[in-house]
Amino acid sequence: MSEPLNPTRTPAFEAQLRKRYAAERRFRLAGLGAILFSVAVLAFLLVTMTFNGIGGFQRATLTVPVDFTVAALTVPEGSDTAAATRALEAQGLPQVVRFSAEEAFGDDAGAELGADAWRIVAAELAANPELLSGEHEFALPASEDLASALAGDGQAHLQPLARRLAAEGKLANTFDPGFMTRSDATDPQQVGIWGALKGSMLTMLVTLALAFPIGVLAALYLEEYAPRSRWTDLIEVSINNLAAVPSIIFGLLGLAVFLTLFPNLRSAPLIGGMTLALMTMPVIVIAGRNAIKAVPPSIRDGAMALGASPIQVVFHHVLPLALPGILTGTIIGMARALGETAPLLMIGMRAFVATPPDGFTDPATVLPVQIFLWSDEIDRGFVERTSAAIIVLLLFLLLMNGLAIYLRNRFEKTW
Amino acid sequence: MVTDETPASAPKMSTRDVSVFYGDKMAVDSVTIDIPQEFVTAFIGPSGCGKSTFLRALNRMNDTIASARVEGTIELDGEDIYRSKMDVVQLRARVGMVFQKPNPFPKSIFENVAYGPRIHGLADGKAELETVVEKSLRRAGLWDEVKDRLSESGTALSGGQQQRLCIARAIAVQPEVILMDEPCSALDPIATAKIEELIDELRGRYAIVIVTHSMQQAARVSQRTAFFHLGKMVEYGETSDIFTNPREERTKDYITGRYG
Repeated sequence: MSEPLNPTRTPAFEAQLRKRYAAERRFRLAGLGAILFSVAVLAFLLVTMTFNGIGGFQRATLTVPVDFTVAALTVPEGSDTAAATRALEAQGLPQVVRFSAEEAFGDDAGAELGADAWRIVAAELAANPELLSGEHEFALPASEDLASALAGDGQAHLQPLARRLAAEGKLANTFDPGFMTRSDATDPQQVGIWGALKGSMLTMLVTLALAFPIGVLAALYLEEYAPRSRWTDLIEVSINNLAAVPSIIFGLLGLAVFLTLFPNLRSAPLIGGMTLALMTMPVIVIAGRNAIKAVPPSIRDGAMALGASPIQVVFHHVLPLALPGILTGTIIGMARALGETAPLLMIGMRAFVATPPDGFTDPATVLPVQIFLWSDEIDRGFVERTSAAIIVLLLFLLLMNGLAIYLRNRFEKTW
Repeated sequence: MVTDETPASAPKMSTRDVSVFYGDKMAVDSVTIDIPQEFVTAFIGPSGCGKSTFLRALNRMNDTIASARVEGTIELDGEDIYRSKMDVVQLRARVGMVFQKPNPFPKSIFENVAYGPRIHGLADGKAELETVVEKSLRRAGLWDEVKDRLSESGTALSGGQQQRLCIARAIAVQPEVILMDEPCSALDPIATAKIEELIDELRGRYAIVIVTHSMQQAARVSQRTAFFHLGKMVEYGETSDIFTNPREERTKDYITGRYG
């Protein structure tokens, strides 16, 4: 008498088993493919950005020897840089610098020195007045036309000059630390990102200061106190919808409400931050509610059974445990706000702002708007500057996300 | 084991015709019971018979469930705990609770025990708080195991230690009654034995009510047993009587293992 075969030992079952494994392999390959594709896209983005943008951190500089002995220039005793610059301008420093360039490189080269080049000389002289007693070489920004010629395009008649100067080692693209400290300008040789970066920071501070407390309190109230009713359902639906509203609508809202209330604050980080806070708040509310929901009820029960009042349960137990999740959601919302352009265009943050904002009510622009503005410029030199600005924006974003991960790990608790 | 004494004084807690509803569904049906001060009272019965729901009504933990509703009166030392003037925070400080699954806070062992005294202002200063923590941990039989690592997380302890930590946490606020909702159901037999020993030691100092699935456990630790079935309290009496000489047919069927 043969033993009855276990149903899993039949050939039909084994064939089915092989099919199961094959399906699993296919699924794994598909997942791997998806990952590889996204990594490739990301790598392509980063590589092209870095490649294009690295030039944006450089500018064409002319090495100009200036002989101060031919001119009787003096730096007034005890004057600061601004006063010294004014005094030197009155004494004819701009002409001296230009004359030196013409002497060194020929008459046509003198005109191709950046218009503000003498200010760099003035600043160095103010810091170091002894230079006035002799001859000294200064690395000065070339004009935009000469910079284009060095890059191999732009005006045809400048290209031989650029080639000659480059061959002599007098004209070269050098690293430009000033890009991080200057602000917007009409000349791509003179632009910097600091004004927009500072504007972004101020705007983000306002956004965080408004959206975080309001969002967390709203989430706490909805989760812990609000009775389940048709009204809370309605509020929940509204908040979810608000998170999905196109950002330009928030810009129009900011224009219609905030700028009507504060007409003098057009282009100010305060208004920009308030507008972006409207946009960020629903994201924080949704993330916060999910994080609060994820706190195990047993912890709540334990605290309540000891006689903790509802507010003690919330602040001693629920909030500390939900904080990592709330922070993650906050940073996601903030990162989105940081990259937002459209709503800020609506409230006037697209103006040409050549000085960094000194406070929350000064006119300012922000990084993405600056990128948008530069990408719109005709001048060839702005292309690389735009890429450089994008790199700065991405680094800022990376910094924020890094901070989020740090905070999350710091507050994360296991149970 | 004490079995044949009669309660000397008035009951610590007493309920009259208490019914608990979840929405329209009746989970507990007119339960009338007196809980003595000096004994351990066990609630036994099959799953879903309402014993845990009834237990949670005794310190108003059901308040947190929006659809739950309690009818009838529950008195603690003769005061109705559902009257409007009753402060629920104070009630829960007087009637502590230990849950089925150990639920230490994700804080240090010290903080777990110190939390209750701290929020109620029961200890002045650090030294007194340390005394309270040590006393509570000693009483819960956990002190020797954790005295060198009070700053470690309470969640790093083993399941049985966690449950004793939860008992220490409940003891630290000096409650009058301790409710235990199947405190050993998530523990292994050795940890269970320790908890049962502990319950026996705590008897007399606190009125203890324990809900349990295990009839052996009820027989081991309790002096009074109430048998619940389908939301009703079928029988209540001295534990030895319930197990050796039940009056009701249903009780007999349950304890002889015919169902449940």
